[in-house]
Amino acid sequence: MLTTPVLALLGIGAGAAILLAVASRLLRVEENPTIELIAEALPGANCGGCGFAGCEAYAAAVVTNEDIPANLCSVGGAEVAARVGELSGKVAAAGEPLVAFRRCSRVEGKVQPRFSYVGTQTCASAAMLEGGPFMCSWACLGLGDCVRICPFDAMYIADGMVEIIASKCMSCGQCVKVCPRGITQLIPRRARVMIHCSTREKLKSVSDVCEVGCINCLKCLKACPAEAVGYEKGRVEINHEVCLAYGSVCAEACVGACLRGIMHRHAPAPALAPVSIDPSEPDAPIDCELYPESPDSVPCESVAPNARPASDLPAPEFTPLVSPSGKTSAPPLAESMAGEDGRKEAEQ
Amino acid sequence: MEESQVMHYFLMFIGAVFVNNIVLAQFLGQCPYIGCSKEKTVAIGMGAAVCFVCVLSTALTWLVQKLMLDPLGLGYLQTIVFILLIAALVQFVEMFLKKIIPPLYKSLGIFLPLITTNCCVLGLAILVQREEFGLGTAVFYSFSASAGFMLALILMAGIRERLALCRTPRALQGIPLGLIMAGLMSLCFMAFKGMIS
Repeated sequence: MLTTPVLALLGIGAGAAILLAVASRLLRVEENPTIELIAEALPGANCGGCGFAGCEAYAAAVVTNEDIPANLCSVGGAEVAARVGELSGKVAAAGEPLVAFRRCSRVEGKVQPRFSYVGTQTCASAAMLEGGPFMCSWACLGLGDCVRICPFDAMYIADGMVEIIASKCMSCGQCVKVCPRGITQLIPRRARVMIHCSTREKLKSVSDVCEVGCINCLKCLKACPAEAVGYEKGRVEINHEVCLAYGSVCAEACVGACLRGIMHRHAPAPALAPVSIDPSEPDAPIDCELYPESPDSVPCESVAPNARPASDLPAPEFTPLVSPSGKTSAPPLAESMAGEDGRKEAEQ
Repeated sequence: MEESQVMHYFLMFIGAVFVNNIVLAQFLGQCPYIGCSKEKTVAIGMGAAVCFVCVLSTALTWLVQKLMLDPLGLGYLQTIVFILLIAALVQFVEMFLKKIIPPLYKSLGIFLPLITTNCCVLGLAILVQREEFGLGTAVFYSFSASAGFMLALILMAGIRERLALCRTPRALQGIPLGLIMAGLMSLCFMAFKGMIS
């Protein structure tokens, strides 16, 4: 009496199992095992810093395409590059460790607001309006597009400006791509000098709106004995490779030549803190969709305007605007509006 | 005779898409309806995958029901047998597509494993048994119903894409608003009730 249903179920189950077993043999797709090995060797953060859709895509590309170098993963650094090079049979030249840098000192320059912006709280939309809500059309908008996109929680907003935690920055370059004004830039960690302004305006149109804006007088260009300072697309750019190769013999002539104190000697960024990219680790970022933290909880007063956290100092307390953990989902636009009221108060 | 047959199928299609929409009137498949409706492209992918699996699984489960369960008098095993069959089928289809039609696998691939335990698929398989359709009618009905699922998903995705740019109360952002909208859309679809008797 009980045998029929038991046998029937058993039969169906066994039938399905046999079918799947046979199918897995017959329909097996031969994949290059190296791709899998390389994908395992990569950090698995899927940040897209290499220019591919994710770690798997880069692994596939590095195996199948001769021209793709093995050192594109900036997150993994030299160690991963060596491993990928070993697996893919390519010679990996270790890349210079980079760090993101904010080329703007809007707060120190006392840039006045042009108007009060009340639209969607993203830099991308604020930048579209009449040169943006600040008198300087190249100022950091402080609405945190880069903070939201940063996969490593290395950025935060303090005092209406984005701050970068160098010890967490993996130099994936996502913030560089997302900034509508090109304010974030990747520079070598041991860069000697850096220019703290990204304006493309000149002379009076800069000095009228910002006390520490670069007026593009190009004195630094002439002062540099190594010709490492250049002028590209309307702003001064430093060729760090040439600058570092020349060494400190020039005693940072460009810094001395700068009349407005925009060129700064750059303290070498602290080394990267060892970070395991394991989503299950206990200090993984809080899911802000569930617990939207308002940015007005950021103690603005406690953070000096130009404070750059060093590795030996404890990082200032900060609240991530939006958890970067949900990278695969749509850009969390809605969440970003969570704290707009608080932010406006802070700006006023 | 021929014409009334066409009309019958047409009405069945309209009825399954609008009047008895599987998501909005029968409340099956709510998880992908909320989960995969943030972007239109994702919604289309998920809808197409559900369509594909529904048609296949309905045909398979219909055959098993009629050729095996009914003659043996094992109607009470329907649910467990159907789950088993659908899971195995989806696994097989995934392997098959990967080997034979890689482009289709690439576009449906990530959604297929999600569908294995989708109540929309199981619900349809059981529904056509309850309605006692023939094989052709059953397959057509499940196609229509999953087209309705796709429609609901795409509508929802369209609304949510626009809503992402709006200023909304913090407490309602994300899923809560999605659920409220699902309720409102369901009310709208109630207006179709009685359109086809």
